[in-house]
Amino acid sequence: MGVKLLLEKAHVPGIRYIETYRKEGGYRAVEKALKQMDPASIVEEVKKSGLRGRGGAGFPAGMKWSFIAKPEGVPRHLVCNADESEPGTFKDRYLMEFIPHLLIEGLIVSSFALGSNDTYIYIRGEYAWIVDILEQAIEEAKANGFLGKNILGTGFDCNIYVQRGAGAYICGEETALIESLEGKRGNPRIKPPFPAIEGLWRRPTVVNNVETLAAVVPIINMGGDEYAKIGVGRSTGTKLISACGNINKPGVYEIDMTISVEEFIYSDEYCGGIANGKRLKACIPGGSSVPILPANLLLKTAKGETRYMNYESLSDGGFATGSMMGSGGFIVLDEDQCIVKNTYTLARFYRHESCGQCSPCREGTGWMEKILKNIDTGKGKMSDIDLLWDIQRKIEGNTICPLGDAAAWPVAAAIRHFRDEFEWHVNHPEEAQKRNYGLAHYADPIHVPA
Amino acid sequence: MSEQPLFKVTIDNITVEVPAGTTILNAARKIGGDVAPPAMCYYSKLEGSGGKCRTCLVEVSKGSEKDPRPMPKLVASCRTTVMDGMEVKNITSDRVMDARSGVVEFLLINHPLDCPVCDQAGECHLQDLSYEHGKAGTRYEFQRRTFKKHDLGDKIQLHMTRCILCYRCVFTADQLTGKREHGVLDRGDHAEIATYIEKNLDNEFIGNVIDVCPVGALTDKTFRFKNRVWFLKPMDAHRDCPTCSGKVTLWNRGDEVFRVTARKDQWGEVEDWICNTCRFDKKQTSDWVIEGPRLIDRHSVISQGHYAGSVGTHKPTETFEAVHAGRQPKLLMDIHSVSEVNKPEITLSKLDRPAHSTDFTSNKD
Repeated sequence: MGVKLLLEKAHVPGIRYIETYRKEGGYRAVEKALKQMDPASIVEEVKKSGLRGRGGAGFPAGMKWSFIAKPEGVPRHLVCNADESEPGTFKDRYLMEFIPHLLIEGLIVSSFALGSNDTYIYIRGEYAWIVDILEQAIEEAKANGFLGKNILGTGFDCNIYVQRGAGAYICGEETALIESLEGKRGNPRIKPPFPAIEGLWRRPTVVNNVETLAAVVPIINMGGDEYAKIGVGRSTGTKLISACGNINKPGVYEIDMTISVEEFIYSDEYCGGIANGKRLKACIPGGSSVPILPANLLLKTAKGETRYMNYESLSDGGFATGSMMGSGGFIVLDEDQCIVKNTYTLARFYRHESCGQCSPCREGTGWMEKILKNIDTGKGKMSDIDLLWDIQRKIEGNTICPLGDAAAWPVAAAIRHFRDEFEWHVNHPEEAQKRNYGLAHYADPIHVPA
Repeated sequence: MSEQPLFKVTIDNITVEVPAGTTILNAARKIGGDVAPPAMCYYSKLEGSGGKCRTCLVEVSKGSEKDPRPMPKLVASCRTTVMDGMEVKNITSDRVMDARSGVVEFLLINHPLDCPVCDQAGECHLQDLSYEHGKAGTRYEFQRRTFKKHDLGDKIQLHMTRCILCYRCVFTADQLTGKREHGVLDRGDHAEIATYIEKNLDNEFIGNVIDVCPVGALTDKTFRFKNRVWFLKPMDAHRDCPTCSGKVTLWNRGDEVFRVTARKDQWGEVEDWICNTCRFDKKQTSDWVIEGPRLIDRHSVISQGHYAGSVGTHKPTETFEAVHAGRQPKLLMDIHSVSEVNKPEITLSKLDRPAHSTDFTSNKD
């Protein structure tokens, strides 16, 4: 069993309520942080812990916190990004649903560290029942003196507000989230200025993912140095992985980033192997926007080394032979899955979710979707594959926000690794409607199911 | 007042000094000519505009004197401020030209290309951009996005099919008229400019949205289909207007005033906003004090005949032989074969230019 920091107590009966949560050692971090530490030393601890943003980009959280501008007389804000909309990612939902006080505790400590008296949780609209859970947790925390005016007699005031989004994926991008929180259309802002300088209501703002803020609690409790000892290299601490797809045990798992991908998929402690005794074909290891990897590159890197479940190892080989840790949405595809259809589904999602502000993403995502639909339904041409490649190349990096990249990468990776499957669809349009391409050369080379 | 520090910035190997806080685009405009990146959404008079169309992307090959690292991605020059010692590549960068041609392609895939019936043709920024950076053919094989035409009040028509979602009109309506009634509905490639939901735009200055529109999406209903802009003669004129500056450009043909617009500078940006009364109601020469002909920078492809250089000499890839399965082109009737005056042995179809009398006199004697 690996180390568990976030979900260790998640299944204690009644942990959703503050009495049980405190009995299990909850709100110790708030007392420690507010009474024994000052904001600067909390930021220092988080820096020492090496905690990286859990939302997808993996930017060191302590660094992000230290960038926040501190002009005199201007309030600062902390915003919790709970707009978890990436297909395949559902770790924040699990955390907020089962152990909401962990997030509230992390938010209080982080608000104190950043000097935010008004802290917001921006939650996706579809998580309607979680809003109730969080609001109840906030009420309980208030009643127990952990929120509101003069928390624990330290003179620090903090209020947490829950704001529901209207269900747009783009509002998970931090500047679009801020726009939406201000009541405007959720269009990403053009950076610079970054939110740390000019964010919510043009005030310095830090936007962090739910899991990042929850991880602040164990960091304060055990100290940054201790936290950094868990994990490997620059991938410190534990990470929630939401595993789904053709596996025996889909669900949210907390891993300490030292296990291998093979172990994660096949061990009974985690995914429990591929469902129905099928073989592994491919995997999207970090949520729908990261490049898909065929089985042979997933379990071993291009150099033949074992691939581990951490930031560095998953991105080993760059985009040519690697992928990304992303948000931890681990989607497994077995031999019966069609990569073309999968790519088409993803392209349809990004077309639907593009905000329409900048032209490459607005027009390019729709174009890619139409071409992929043609290939999928047997109307594709061989030149369409090269055209797709060219379109994704012209979207990537040329847009305001990362949604353009997120739309381009899955298409690029699918063509890069599974071009033969695309060509088969073009050359055998009728057969492709009836049967699947199967594994071909990218079957996993090492695992033979019993 | 203290002197603002001047920053040295080099764009396409031309160095210029600009005050701190200037954007790359404005520095390039100071140099002018081909160095200035095209801009479809940026409008210097509108706060918050720019960054959306991505046609002004440039490569920053040297960040600044202090931090000479290049920027990894192409940046939108309209929203990136210059640093001292910055080096920028615009037309000298293959990456930029490649990305720009991609953006043009994206902008055009859902554009109807109905220039022959569009009132904006001849002063359309998208038309110019496509001639300068686009390709002759399209790779888009799907149905284009279309919308119904909407009337925004009795003087302005919105034809969303042509819109490239530059947001300029939204900023204009927001910032000029102080009353927000006009915005963007939906998202992605089905986003549309709209008044919620079909209200009229009713404001003294709302006519200016027509001037800021880079394409023919917003048109003046008092001018629609009345004339082509290249037949009209622009004249500077003014009148004593109680609401605006009254400084306009009249577009005349003969003595008739076909339309009134604000005066635009060489980048196609309005100098002074004008009111609806001046724009829509004062269409008599007697309403105006004519100052004289306006020198318009006729940068448009049609006025300049740019197209002769790029498209006119463009050789089609499909030859007659290819289309007709190897059959040679044949004149239906070669007049020389029946004429006794000329030499019948000359096959005119072999000449790759118009026949000249010397063709007949110089040979076979």
